[in-house]
Amino acid sequence: MSQATLRVQRISGHAGSVAGNDAQREFTVCKLIDTTTCIGCKACEVACMEWNDLPFGETVFDNTYQTMPETRWNYWNLILFNEHEKDDGSLMWLMRKNQCMHCADPGCLAACPADGAIVQYTNGIVDFQQANCIGCGYCITGCPFDIPKMNPKTNRVFKCTLCADRVSEGLEPACIKSCPTGCLHFGSKDDMLKLANDRKTQLREHSNFPNAGVYDPAGVGGTGVIYVLHDATNPELYGGLPADPHVPWSVRLWKGPLKWLGNVAMVGGLIGLVVHYLRFGPKEREETIKQPHEGVEP
Amino acid sequence: MSQTEQIVPPGRVLRYHFRERIIHWTTSVSYIYLLMTGLAFWSPWCFWLALMLGGGQVSRMLHPWLGLIFAVGVLMMFGMWASQMHVDENDKNWFRSVGHYARNEDEQMPPAGRYNGGQKSLFWGFVVCMVLLLLSGLVLWFPEYIPWSLRYVRYIAVLVHASSALITIGIFLIHVYMGVFAERGAMDSMVHGDVSLHFVKRYHPGWYEEITGQPASPKK
Repeated sequence: MSQATLRVQRISGHAGSVAGNDAQREFTVCKLIDTTTCIGCKACEVACMEWNDLPFGETVFDNTYQTMPETRWNYWNLILFNEHEKDDGSLMWLMRKNQCMHCADPGCLAACPADGAIVQYTNGIVDFQQANCIGCGYCITGCPFDIPKMNPKTNRVFKCTLCADRVSEGLEPACIKSCPTGCLHFGSKDDMLKLANDRKTQLREHSNFPNAGVYDPAGVGGTGVIYVLHDATNPELYGGLPADPHVPWSVRLWKGPLKWLGNVAMVGGLIGLVVHYLRFGPKEREETIKQPHEGVEP
Repeated sequence: MSQTEQIVPPGRVLRYHFRERIIHWTTSVSYIYLLMTGLAFWSPWCFWLALMLGGGQVSRMLHPWLGLIFAVGVLMMFGMWASQMHVDENDKNWFRSVGHYARNEDEQMPPAGRYNGGQKSLFWGFVVCMVLLLLSGLVLWFPEYIPWSLRYVRYIAVLVHASSALITIGIFLIHVYMGVFAERGAMDSMVHGDVSLHFVKRYHPGWYEEITGQPASPKK
């Protein structure tokens, strides 16, 4: 992984082509989170805060292990805990590290109107550029995972960067480095999918999890963060991981057909009015209003 | 200054008194700002409008506030004009012959009152769209406060805001075209307040009969 992985391949709110796209073949990077070996130690939460130098925010104590209910603008990496009672009455303690999923088809980027506020690098990382962010919050609406969060003071939106700064220097993201159980892995998407599928097979065949599976939702074109789940048929159990996430239909409609229809109507209407004026002109000439009896013949 | 106090030259009639004009232009200025910044957020190809108006951040910050001014302006117009805007059978006939109107064959139009069917539609279009824009705009103003469980409110708001804005752009274009280019004298009436009796007779025969007590067309 070199600096070249930080070539931009998609830009939000940008008129025209994207310089650098397709200039060089790159593999996409991927974070693999094996929820079956996560022990909920929160080392990744701390590492994220430390590396990204995020200001401290108050945690919420709700008599569980939950640090806070959801990620914040200054808390990008959060483990979600769920005490799940199975059908046979036994208990499963499900833990899922939640952060930006780095979608291949990012809803935040599709919804963003500000030129260059959201970029997707050729290595797949989706990154917010706060200097270009206008604080409209459309990304919040576009995201199917409830990830972008507004800093109310600066009116800019923040989220996990997949440690783009570390990755560009050939390092793994801070969360990966801190994980003591090895439930976090980082590498190319192909390698991580292979690893995840091997683990899935292992869980199915040797650990009595017949529904074990890999979470790499196709609805958003696959993600740069994939999960191994004990029960992939019900991802909602893992802190509300959406079963079939999509960029919201209304965002698609708004940025697709409605935009075309609107643009054609606006430009067409403008042209129509000009043509009408040239063809029919004003309803009555001003001179004839003021002096209706004055002859106009030469 | 009450509406009866403004002195108009002979042969001319006061159409819009001072209060109507000031509210109209306040609303217009706010609408044009909203249109420019709104178009900047609508398409990357129009983002230069936001840059011209002080940058994306400034535009994002001011757009909702100007939106409130616009909403208040339309609300005051509603208070002033709603009673004159009831669409009656005559207006429906007016719309049936709108082709003549578009071809400047005004003598073949059913006689309009103080406002013709098109003007009434413009009025109601702006009132309805203002309400839709205001409601959806409040959601877009503070999207971060809409809880995840109510995210459908946000999904609907982006569509409603864009669609109703597009409708206002359509009627706004026609409104500006009619007022500035097509109907000579209309712009004058919104600036100085008065129109010629000739204008009244030609475009608003019903109103002419109402204020002069004489028939607008001798054949009637």
